[in-house]
Amino acid sequence: MNIDSIQNGVVLDHIQAGKSMDIYKYLRLSELDCSVAIIKNVRSARMGKKDIIKIDSPMEVDLDVLGYIDPDITVNIIRDGVRVEKKHLELPQKLVNIIHCKNPRCITVAEPQLDAIFLLNDPERHTYRCAYCDTEKRRAL
Amino acid sequence: MSEKRNLIDITDLSVAEIGALIATAEDIAANPAKYENACAHKQLATLFFEPSTRTRLSFESAMLALGGGVLGFSEAASSSTSKGETVGDTVHTVSCYADIIAMRHPKEGAPYAAAQFSEVPIINAGDGGHNHPTQTLTDLLTIHREKGRLDNFTIGFCGDLKFGRTVHSLVNALSRQHGVKFVFISPEELKLPDYLKDNVLKKNGLPYEETSSLEEAIPQLDILYMTRVQKERFFNEADYIRLKDTYVLDTEKLVPAKKDLCILHPLPRVNEIAVAVDQDSRAAYWKQVKNGKYIRMALIMKLLGIRI
Repeated sequence: MNIDSIQNGVVLDHIQAGKSMDIYKYLRLSELDCSVAIIKNVRSARMGKKDIIKIDSPMEVDLDVLGYIDPDITVNIIRDGVRVEKKHLELPQKLVNIIHCKNPRCITVAEPQLDAIFLLNDPERHTYRCAYCDTEKRRAL
Repeated sequence: MSEKRNLIDITDLSVAEIGALIATAEDIAANPAKYENACAHKQLATLFFEPSTRTRLSFESAMLALGGGVLGFSEAASSSTSKGETVGDTVHTVSCYADIIAMRHPKEGAPYAAAQFSEVPIINAGDGGHNHPTQTLTDLLTIHREKGRLDNFTIGFCGDLKFGRTVHSLVNALSRQHGVKFVFISPEELKLPDYLKDNVLKKNGLPYEETSSLEEAIPQLDILYMTRVQKERFFNEADYIRLKDTYVLDTEKLVPAKKDLCILHPLPRVNEIAVAVDQDSRAAYWKQVKNGKYIRMALIMKLLGIRI
């Protein structure tokens, strides 16, 4: 299989094998006009198998979203065919309008125009809690 | 001007700040005349989207005793909420008329939402089954006045520990004191939420036990915090009817209790404390009501930045 290197864009590497389509969805990559390559089950010395996403256009990746989905992903910024920056992610302290509370008693369910705010609760268990009602939510993936 | 302070969750106040509020409340109780003009020309708005007797009147009585004025509504039906107005818009409007807002709302987190839109301090006067921090301040003042301390005791919480917002806030507050042991007495369906056990008790290595037997738990308690099973928190009335009379504290159950036990209840009660217990010197729940006014006076002054 031959997938061209990109000239200007973003490469998301070290994605847990099988999770690339979820990231495609969360980052709304379907809305882009440029070429997007999803490469699944690539052999990896560190992970055994991994997925990679290549986006052939400079774009601002929402690092909070990505860090929430999987903090082990690395984000490579490519300029003129060369990697100019490699970003390591971490679980964000605060998520705004990324996940939503399901507690029927929460004000954000009654008034969905409010910002959905979640705060990092336990980094080890990857849990967040709703800033309004304290309902706990585990990481989506 | 100093930064706007709100009281949404009891942990918005440090242990030292709570200590200072208790000291002010004690001084108010001893010297009420000293404070009678402390909030002259200030307005408190009480926005009660859910019915309440005690808390709303306690806030209003507190502000009047400080020489301030009060305005507001006592049910959602008499506010623009009934026309579909959001909490944010209501609070934005009211903060143009008042210097401070006390708000009760049936939805959890509504005061947190309100604080994002308000120009003036917001006090959470109860949000659904979530938190009730001014009741907690009331409880802490009462414990302090009855026991002379806020540490080194065993406290039992009995009844609805799942939806009992006063329980959640008080557990949070006491978790920051030394030597407090917790005993949670409830039916299986109304146990303390996991997030409190995980994030507050287990995380801080605090001793606690859970039981369904009030009789077995009562001899070891220094403080017994009774709660009402709240009909308004149930989606299913059959569940409420099945659980509402699970615990009834009567004079017989108090026989094996400590002689200096302190019995608290946030009120209103239904059947969970027999009226005969009111005559027992260990019953402190009517004192709690009065203490609620003193501590709310201290809180209003603090959030308005007024010192006497």
